[in-house]
Amino acid sequence: MSLVLQGLCKRFDNSDKDTLHEIDLEVATGEFVCIVGASGCGKSTLLNLVAGLEHPSQGKVLLDGAEVTKPGADRTVMFQEHGLFPWLTVLENVQFGMKLAGFSKQQQEDKARYYLEMMNLWEYRDYPIHQISGGMRQRTALARSLTMESKLLLMDEPFSALDKQTSNRLREELQRIWMKTKQTILFITHSVEEAVYLADRVVVLSPATGKVAEIVTVELPRPRHVYAPEFVALRHKILEEVRGEAV
Amino acid sequence: MGFIIFLILLVAIWQGGYWIGVELLHWWKPYAMPSPVGVAESFLNLCEDGRLLEATANSLLRGIGGYAIALATGVLLGLSIHRSNYLQKNLKPLILGIQTLPSVCWVPFSILWFGLSTQAILFVVVMGAAFSIAISVDNAIKNVQPIYTKAALTLGANKKQLYRYVIFPACLPELVTGMKQGWSFAWRALMAGEVMTTSIGLGQTLIMGRDLADINQVMLVMLVIVLVGIIIDKCIFSIAERRILSKRGLSGRNTDIE
Repeated sequence: MSLVLQGLCKRFDNSDKDTLHEIDLEVATGEFVCIVGASGCGKSTLLNLVAGLEHPSQGKVLLDGAEVTKPGADRTVMFQEHGLFPWLTVLENVQFGMKLAGFSKQQQEDKARYYLEMMNLWEYRDYPIHQISGGMRQRTALARSLTMESKLLLMDEPFSALDKQTSNRLREELQRIWMKTKQTILFITHSVEEAVYLADRVVVLSPATGKVAEIVTVELPRPRHVYAPEFVALRHKILEEVRGEAV
Repeated sequence: MGFIIFLILLVAIWQGGYWIGVELLHWWKPYAMPSPVGVAESFLNLCEDGRLLEATANSLLRGIGGYAIALATGVLLGLSIHRSNYLQKNLKPLILGIQTLPSVCWVPFSILWFGLSTQAILFVVVMGAAFSIAISVDNAIKNVQPIYTKAALTLGANKKQLYRYVIFPACLPELVTGMKQGWSFAWRALMAGEVMTTSIGLGQTLIMGRDLADINQVMLVMLVIVLVGIIIDKCIFSIAERRILSKRGLSGRNTDIE
């Protein structure tokens, strides 16, 4: 798997300036890349372009050499609002993508069970979505994304609508799962702490120019601890960078 | 229970008013004022020879038949408006306009085209209900939250799967509300159509009451029309609505008050 962004530009119809301007980025297999930047820097736009939900004004997104033109199951997205279907149960939601892909009943069941157990949700499988908590909904959404075992998992601020405690617990879980699955992840966040905690590389976007301001490699060993001095120092450094770019 | 007491009270006041106004003080002519007792007698009369049952059954069958055609037409029309930008821009405003037309306005056309026949009645029913159904289909699809569509597309849904597994279930609650409103339009249009023809039905029985100067029969048929409307609404649409909404954790309580 390789994701390559080539001279990617996005300008919206009602704007006279590129939201994203000539973004070049390569993401390697099994890499965890976080995109940070002050609000309005086009983080979510970048993710939508990779997902194929929006089209670039210039440049292209290449996945394994093929240009991305529309959304697909090889680039599953986990959204900030869970995006679960309220007319389905937890289990049915998790099986949804597999059902579309034509997996057998047994396969659907087995895989859903594997990921729901990983998320400690198996006993809630028959619950309707409105009866589980916000954190559980987001974990269900994560399980649904993971079942696709897609080449690339895209995450658009998946924990930022949750309370601090829940969001911290979920990012710990994500780190644990990622250490096991080593799936390639492109993760959008406004929280530098979250980025440093999770990422192999942190990409800082500049809202002023719409370009990549800096790419910081995080070499801290996992599992990481947010109070470790090296962590705090790195977080501080990137935070300064983001603040410097803010308009 | 409280509602039944209220009804009994209402009938008692009605009978009392009739007795004072017609029999005691002679304010109103007896042929212009129905009474509960008169309506009950009329009910027994029409039941005895089976006419009321036949009329109700006929109307109900026509209503359901016309509604089914209206539903098919309305859904097709609504889907076309939704899928085509051209129709959305040009045809939808027109349909919104036609929808405000009372169904009785279609009666002259229907008689000229179909004569005094069942088809004529069905035509009025379809014209009375299809447009409102079309509008609600288009609106229901439009109101589907974009996040559902986005989630489904990134989970690999193709166009057909998107409509079948996401858009249809997502707009189901609104669709049922639209179908329910369509039914009430259809039922009203049916009466507008039936009063003009001679085929046996509730509308025709009502007009016959007028022609015979039997105000009790008129009142009785009006009550039956209301009752059938309520029963269909409560036994089919409201139950479906409540089931769908409660399954999704949305209370259905507010929706059956119109």
